[in-house]
Amino acid sequence: MLKRVHFPSSPLPYLLVAPQILITIVFFIWPASQAVYQSFLIEDAFGLSTEFVWFENFAYLAQDEHYYGSFVRTMFFSAAVALLSMSFAVLLAGFADRVIRGATLYRTLLIWPYAVAPVLAGALWVFMFNPTLGIFPYILKFGGYDWNHYLNGNQAMLLVILAAAWKQVAYNFLFYLAAMQSIPKSLIEAAAIDGAGPVRRFWTMVFPLISPTTFFLLVINVVYAFFDTFGIIHAVTQGGPASSTTTLVYKVFNDGFVGLDLGGSAAQSVILMFLVIIMTVVQFRYVEKKVEY
Amino acid sequence: MSVKSLFCTSAILASAMTAAYAETEVQWWHAMGGTNGERVNKIAEDFNATQDEFKVVPVYKGNYTETMTAAIAAFRAKEHPQIVQVFEVGTATMMAAKGAIYPVEKLMQDAGEPFDGNAFLPAVASYYETTDGELLSMPFNSSTPVMWYNKDALDAAGASIPETWDDVKVAAQKLVDNGMDCGVSFGWQSWVMVENFSAWHNIGMGSKENGFAGFDTELTFNNASVAARLDDVAAMSKGNLFKYGGRRGDSLPLFTGGECGMWMNSSAYYGSIKGQAEFEFGQTMLPLDTSLADAPQNSIIGGATLWVLGGHDDAEYKGTAKFLTYLSSPEVQAWWHQETGYVPITTAAYELSKEQGFYESNPGTDTAIKQLSLNPPTANSRGLRFGNFVQIRDVINEEMEELWSGQKSAKDALDAAVERGNALLRKFERSAS
Repeated sequence: MLKRVHFPSSPLPYLLVAPQILITIVFFIWPASQAVYQSFLIEDAFGLSTEFVWFENFAYLAQDEHYYGSFVRTMFFSAAVALLSMSFAVLLAGFADRVIRGATLYRTLLIWPYAVAPVLAGALWVFMFNPTLGIFPYILKFGGYDWNHYLNGNQAMLLVILAAAWKQVAYNFLFYLAAMQSIPKSLIEAAAIDGAGPVRRFWTMVFPLISPTTFFLLVINVVYAFFDTFGIIHAVTQGGPASSTTTLVYKVFNDGFVGLDLGGSAAQSVILMFLVIIMTVVQFRYVEKKVEY
Repeated sequence: MSVKSLFCTSAILASAMTAAYAETEVQWWHAMGGTNGERVNKIAEDFNATQDEFKVVPVYKGNYTETMTAAIAAFRAKEHPQIVQVFEVGTATMMAAKGAIYPVEKLMQDAGEPFDGNAFLPAVASYYETTDGELLSMPFNSSTPVMWYNKDALDAAGASIPETWDDVKVAAQKLVDNGMDCGVSFGWQSWVMVENFSAWHNIGMGSKENGFAGFDTELTFNNASVAARLDDVAAMSKGNLFKYGGRRGDSLPLFTGGECGMWMNSSAYYGSIKGQAEFEFGQTMLPLDTSLADAPQNSIIGGATLWVLGGHDDAEYKGTAKFLTYLSSPEVQAWWHQETGYVPITTAAYELSKEQGFYESNPGTDTAIKQLSLNPPTANSRGLRFGNFVQIRDVINEEMEELWSGQKSAKDALDAAVERGNALLRKFERSAS
C-alpha cells in the first residue's frame, strides 16, 4: 500500500481556475453545443417551425459533390498559403538576419503587413488586380496575358492565395527571425571557418535548428488558412467564379448567413470542428516527434 | 464586432434619449448605403418634422443579405425592428414566416390609415401580393433591368440603338470594329438574363405560376429558348462582342470606363452612371428575341420592400402605419424616383413626375416604368416566388460562369442549375411547412 499525505482541500484552486473555465464554457462549449444541436435540425430562418432529423444534414453533405469539391479546394488553398508564406518568410528572415546596417528599419517594414486587417488586405489586392481598373492586368496585357479573375477560376484562386499569403508573411518572418537570432553565433562562425558558404550553412545548420519554429508555424498557418482567410475571400472573390474559391469556412457562411440554411450550415461547422481537433492531435502526436528541439 | 456594438450602444443611447421626450420610436433597418442612405435619412427626418408623436430611426445594416440576416437574428432574440427592408428574392422566406410578419395591408386597416392597393403600379405590387391580392409588404425601392448604351460610341461606330438581339449583335460588332474593347456586358446575370429574359418573352421560369401558387414548385428555365439565347451570348465572347465582368454591379466600370458600349443592368444605376460616365449615355428597353415573340411582355422588378415585423405594441404600429403612408405619398415617391432611378411605385407619383417635366428634361428615365407597365402582367411575368432563392441565384450564377468560361454548354449549365435549384426548393418546402 502506498502511503499518502492528505492535505485539507481548499476551494482556492477552484476559484482561481473558475474565470478561465467560465470563459471557455460561455465562449466555446456553449456555442459549440448549440451548433451540434442545430446540425440535427431542419428549421426555417425565423425559427418558427423546427424538425428534428438526426443525421440527415450530414447525409446530405456526404453525397454533395459541391461540398466534396470545397473540401479538396480548402486543402489545396491551405497548403499553398502555408508553403508560400512560410518560404518567403524564411527567405526574408535569412536576409534580414545578415543585415548589419539599418536592420531595425528593414524589420519594421517587413512586419507592417501584419497590422493590415484581412478585409483591407483583400480590398488592396482586389484593387490592384481589378481587370478593368487594376495596375497588374494593365501590365499583363502588354505581355499578351488576359487577366480576368471574375471569369477565370484559377486566376481567382491564385489571387486569394497571394493575398492570404502576403498578409501572413510578416507574422512568419517575425518568428523565423527570432529563431535564427537565437542560434549561437559561434556555431555559424565555426562552419564559416570550415569553408561552408551561406547557402550550405543555411541548409545544413540553420534550417534544422529552426525546425521547431517551422513546425509551430505550420500549425498556425494551416489554421490561419482554414479559418482566418474568410475576410480576404469575402472581399476579393466572394467565393466565385463558379465556387472556385469557396473554401469550407466560406461555404459555412454562405449557406448559413446568405442562404439561411441553418441546419446545413451548422452541420458543416461541426465537421470543421472535428477536422480541427483531428488535425491538431495528429500534428502534435506524430509530427512533433520527428522535430528536433 | 466593434461596429456592431457601436450600433447597439447608439441604439440604446437613442432609445434612452427619446424616452425622455416620450416620443414613440419606430426602428427602420435598411440596406441603403452611400448617397441612397442619405436620402433614406432625409425621408425619415422629414417625416419626423411633420409631427412630434412618433420618431422614425433609420439604421443602416449593411447590404441586402446582411440586413435580412440581422433582422432574422434580432427576431430570434426578440430585439427586432418594426420595419425592415428586404430584397425581392427574400420575399418567399418572409411570406413563409407567417408568425413573424405583420401584413402591411392589415396593418394599415388596423391602424385606420387610408390604403388603396390599386394605387400601386400592378407590376410592382403583384410581386408582393398573396394569391388573394393582399399586399404583404410596402413597395419602396423597385427597379428593373434596362439596356444602357454609350451614345457617343454608338454614333462613332455608325450603329443604331438596339431593339432586338440581332441589333445587339450588329451593334456590338460595329463597336469592336471601331476599336472598342467589347460590345456588350451585363450584371446581375440571373436577374437580367434568366429571370427577366423569361418574363420579357412570356416564358415561365418555374411551375405553379413561378411559385406564386404553392411551395411545391419546380424550376423550368432549362428550356430551349433560354438555352439558345445564352449559347448565342457565350459565342459572342469570341471576338469580344460580349465580355463577362462579374456578378452584381461589378461590370459597371466596363461601361463607365468606356470599354463596353452597351450594358444591361438595373435602372437604379442611373445615379452612378451619371456621376462616372464622361460620355453621353442613354437607356432603352431590353432587347427582344424575335424568334421567341413578336413583342415584349413586361419586365419584372428587383429591389426591395419594407416588411413590418410582429410583436410590438399598438402605438408603435400606429407610428409605423403613419410613416408608411407618408413614404408612399406621391411627393416623396416622385422625389425618391427622380433622385435614384428607382421606379415610382404608385401611379400618382409617376403622373406627378410627368407634370414636373422630369422625363422631358431627362430623356430615357421613364424606360424602366414603361417596361414594367407595357402589358398587364401574366402568370409568367408578374414575378417570382421561390424559397431559398438567394441560394438558387448563387447556383445560377455559378453555372452561368461555367458557361461563360467555356466549360459547359448552356443546356448543361441550365440543367445543372435546375437540378440543384430544385433540391433547394424541396429543402425550403420542408422547412416552411
